[in-house]
Amino acid sequence: MQTINSPAAWFSRLSPGRRRFLLAFTGGILATSGGKAAPADADPWPALAGQIFPGKTLQDGSALLAIDAPYRAEDAAVVPVTLRTILPADDHRQVRSITLVIDANPSPLAAVFTLAPGSGIDRIATRVRVDDYTNIHAVAELSDGTLWAAARFVKASGGCSAPALKPVAGDIPIGTLRFRLFPAGEDGRREAQVMVRHPNYSGMQMDQISRLYIPADFVQTLTVRQGDDLLLTIAGGISISENPSFRFSFRPNGGKSFRVEGADSTGKRFSGTFPVDSAA
Amino acid sequence: MICCLATVLLKCILYQRGRAAFAVVVTLALAGCLPARAQDTRLTIVKIADGIYVHFGNVALTTPGNAGDIANLGIVVGHDAVAVIDTGGSVAVGKALLAAVRGVTALPLRYVINTHEHPDHVFGNAALAGPGVTFVGHHNLPASLRAHGPFYLHSFRPALGDAAIGQVRLIPPALLVDGSKELDLGGRKLLLTAWPPAHSDCDLTVLDEQAHFLFAGDLVFLDHVPVIDGSLNGWLSLLPRLAALPADRVLPGHGQRIAPWPQALDDERRYLLSIQADARRMIAAGTPLAEAVPFIGRSERGRWQLFDDYNPRNATAAFSELEWE
Ligand SMILES: [Zn+2]
Repeated sequence: MQTINSPAAWFSRLSPGRRRFLLAFTGGILATSGGKAAPADADPWPALAGQIFPGKTLQDGSALLAIDAPYRAEDAAVVPVTLRTILPADDHRQVRSITLVIDANPSPLAAVFTLAPGSGIDRIATRVRVDDYTNIHAVAELSDGTLWAAARFVKASGGCSAPALKPVAGDIPIGTLRFRLFPAGEDGRREAQVMVRHPNYSGMQMDQISRLYIPADFVQTLTVRQGDDLLLTIAGGISISENPSFRFSFRPNGGKSFRVEGADSTGKRFSGTFPVDSAA
Repeated sequence: MICCLATVLLKCILYQRGRAAFAVVVTLALAGCLPARAQDTRLTIVKIADGIYVHFGNVALTTPGNAGDIANLGIVVGHDAVAVIDTGGSVAVGKALLAAVRGVTALPLRYVINTHEHPDHVFGNAALAGPGVTFVGHHNLPASLRAHGPFYLHSFRPALGDAAIGQVRLIPPALLVDGSKELDLGGRKLLLTAWPPAHSDCDLTVLDEQAHFLFAGDLVFLDHVPVIDGSLNGWLSLLPRLAALPADRVLPGHGQRIAPWPQALDDERRYLLSIQADARRMIAAGTPLAEAVPFIGRSERGRWQLFDDYNPRNATAAFSELEWE
């Protein structure tokens, strides 16, 4: 089985035929498709896990990894998801990465968050598109190489083809970054939010003028540095909502500024430096 | 069937009490509940003024039982021809609307005006298509229907049922309104105005200039909680311009009453301002989206029907829009 461990790789793997099938499905014109589609009630997770983590064993991570998401999403195009890790105080392993998978989405691998050693990140919140009733999986990789999976079921449908936000006069340019810092919690951690103005086109939305489906164009990578130290790297895909937002806890290192750098799938780059004082 | 008839009679009594001066129930020939015997069914319509009739949709979510009869519809009869405003949320409702038209006039149907793209306003279009009939809408409506139509057909299938969805045809307008346009029905003129993104991104109002009667589409909600699918700030900035329209009374897109103009905007303005203020406060305080949503618009709960069905979605849309202010 082919390994597909980045959201962008997952997207590019979708063949035109598969994309057309998905479009047709989204449009409710469900055609029988060459017998490849699994029955609707088959659990896609075992196969997904095998492709994303080939040859690895996933252990039950429900005790050290929590997924907060509404059981019934109000807006399938903007479903808030918060990932929290809870390692016992006497456990000296660290979380190396968290992989977010939305099982039933056309491009299930939504994001991979790579946490720098010592970053203190134990909470990451984002907003995702959910295209059907689905399990959301999170897999944490610890510093000893072990993998731990947790799941949560979400009821929503149509998020991947749901209309993009309406164009409004005086709109903010694509690639504009916003960065906010939030007050420290009891444990000395702070929270930061990175927002990217970006349509994050899923390739399943239709251009309102040209009548053509808009090619996928999404925020593919983001890195966040605190002073000189790498804090967080995010690999994203089309399952992340329009105007991607990532809010995460971290341990302050005394750095005077934050640096955010990113690129989208068309190669467009964007970056910004945010002094700690003016970041809120 | 008994329940349907009872509802109709109750409505009839309410209108006669509330608006004895002008509300005359002209059609009670409801042969059965929609959609079971749609061909025999005429929508209940109320005469508002000479040549102006309205149908009040249920204040409800679409179900197979109501066949998507959840939006208000209008009929305007001139000396030469007829226009209808919106067609309901299924072909069955559209057929019943056509039957209601035939119950009041033999004049030809010339215009089918869609106030915007939402399924409860356009899914009945196929029932009214025919020779000599022109569909009319906002200049964004054809593109919006193409972009969102397949999504609507998919997502309304569980609510309407396979058979009803199978009948729906998405018919885009042939006559587009950019700015404003006047339609003449013979001795009766309708002023159509296309607006920037507010409730949706293709909102159109219809003003009967002679009767000073406004068909507002979903730019006006009464009793039914407003739904934000365009731009909250856009909608709020539109309200003064809407209020300036020379109307005396309005048919809202949802809500079972005719209301004086522009006072009909008051409840909706208060709701939208409260959503805006709550969302801005939550954003300023650094509250995450998921935690903020239950608090946005909370003071309006109890003032609106279907609040719990739509307010969280409105709150999400408002938060997402306003955090970029
Ligand atoms: Zn609407």
